[in-house]
Amino acid sequence: MKPYLSALRVRFLNGLQYRAAALGGLATQFFWGVMLVFLYHAFYKNGPQSSGLGFSQLVTYIWLQQAFLALLMLFEYDFELFDMITSGGISYELCRPIQLFGFWYVKLLARRLSSAVLRFAPILAIAFLLPEPYKMSLPYSPVSFLLFLITMVLGVLLLVSISMIIYITVFKTMSPVGSMALIGITGEFFSGMTIPIPMMPQWLQTVCYFLPFRWTADLPLRVYSGNIAASEAVISIGVQIIWILVLVSTGAYAMNRITRKVVIQGG
Amino acid sequence: MKLYFKYVELLFRSQLQYRVSFYMTILTQFLIPLTAYAGIYLLFDRFGSIEGWSAYEVFLCFAVMGMSFAVSTCLARGFDMFPGMIKNAGFDRVLVRPRGTVIQVLGSSLDIKRAGHLIQAMMVLIIAISGIRVDWSIIKSITLINMIIGATCIFTGIYMLQATMAFWTVEAIEVANILTHGVKEHASYPLNVYPKWITRFFTFVIPFATVNYLPLQSLIGHVDGNEVFYMLLPLVGILFIVPCVFAWRFGVRHYRSTGS
Repeated sequence: MKPYLSALRVRFLNGLQYRAAALGGLATQFFWGVMLVFLYHAFYKNGPQSSGLGFSQLVTYIWLQQAFLALLMLFEYDFELFDMITSGGISYELCRPIQLFGFWYVKLLARRLSSAVLRFAPILAIAFLLPEPYKMSLPYSPVSFLLFLITMVLGVLLLVSISMIIYITVFKTMSPVGSMALIGITGEFFSGMTIPIPMMPQWLQTVCYFLPFRWTADLPLRVYSGNIAASEAVISIGVQIIWILVLVSTGAYAMNRITRKVVIQGG
Repeated sequence: MKLYFKYVELLFRSQLQYRVSFYMTILTQFLIPLTAYAGIYLLFDRFGSIEGWSAYEVFLCFAVMGMSFAVSTCLARGFDMFPGMIKNAGFDRVLVRPRGTVIQVLGSSLDIKRAGHLIQAMMVLIIAISGIRVDWSIIKSITLINMIIGATCIFTGIYMLQATMAFWTVEAIEVANILTHGVKEHASYPLNVYPKWITRFFTFVIPFATVNYLPLQSLIGHVDGNEVFYMLLPLVGILFIVPCVFAWRFGVRHYRSTGS
């Protein structure tokens, strides 16, 4: 466990160096949040009762989404890793005396964590200070805040497990384009990043609940605002853990198989 | 102009050398925003309309902006990639050649893979038009074409301004993406769904309203008024290029090479 933790720490500190980029990201995400809030405000004028999410719950949902985007968005890749596979740099990685799956897993995790740490606080701070009805609200209750933290942490672990699958497929396809499009884009939609899941029709919501994506980005944000009750959240934690176990074990197995006969590209 | 077409022809040929990767990228570009459209469709399914605009009307707006965005990112890729040109001092070479800088930078790159976006936006346009009741006249058709031309010009102008900033910053700055990708994403809704100050900003500072909801209102008969006026209004977008060219020239004069 120790080499993974230190790799996590080093990568995390390394990620913290990119402050200027974070500043740019901050402005972009804030702009995104503002525009989305205004847009939904216009939609809600027509019939707030017809959606499964109250307007202040939705506003909080949007601000959390923007603040923690790096922890929620499937569509965020480390092109260094793709390059390693396609250009042969992978041979160095395979020489290291640790499991490749675990090593890349912490790399991706650290990347997301450092990116989020640099961004979330200013966005949330401004979001709390905005005038009604555009401002972010406090958690529904202390219990839901605690459950939000737990589901969020598990959600990030699950998200990284899903994205690992994309990297593993590149060993076979040698081009990330296809997997990125297939898993990335559909995953984005089914995790509620395109539109919040309560706004989808019932049949589509059911589909979402059977896929792993929804347990990453949708669950924690709705637990925070009390849109998902504490009792349901507790059960969801179990579902999250099962998904993580399934994806990590299949991912690690597949990666082991694939790296046993990997073809090193380049010379 | 002849020179530019020569540039385009060469870039076109060079990009077609990698067939498989080319078609793959076009395919993904075609698929990516499909989920976004699905999202919009579902929102209308739930809420019915937004500020009096129906789903098809909003789709028409999205199609116009989507097509323009695809065309301008394809053509103005040279400006989009310009910070790289500054960094490796490629702009020095541009300056010593006896041709204008704008045309050379414009001709330095072309992203024909954007065709995927373009085809998709065209499909949305067809779906939108078939869903709206408009008695098409010549004036209305020209209005629609002008909207697309105007929006293309505005996007291109923004790319130029973005590139101009690189004369001072050298690095590409992510914030500028707000005005291209951000605008494409959010200002594709008829702009009057947003609060007044945002609508005003996009009318008088960056004139997207003149190619977006103002002519659209006339097109689908939300407002009466001089149709010819609304037909010509999107051409404001072409005028937007003028100050951008001046800003660019100003930037060129301040250029200091980074190479050795």
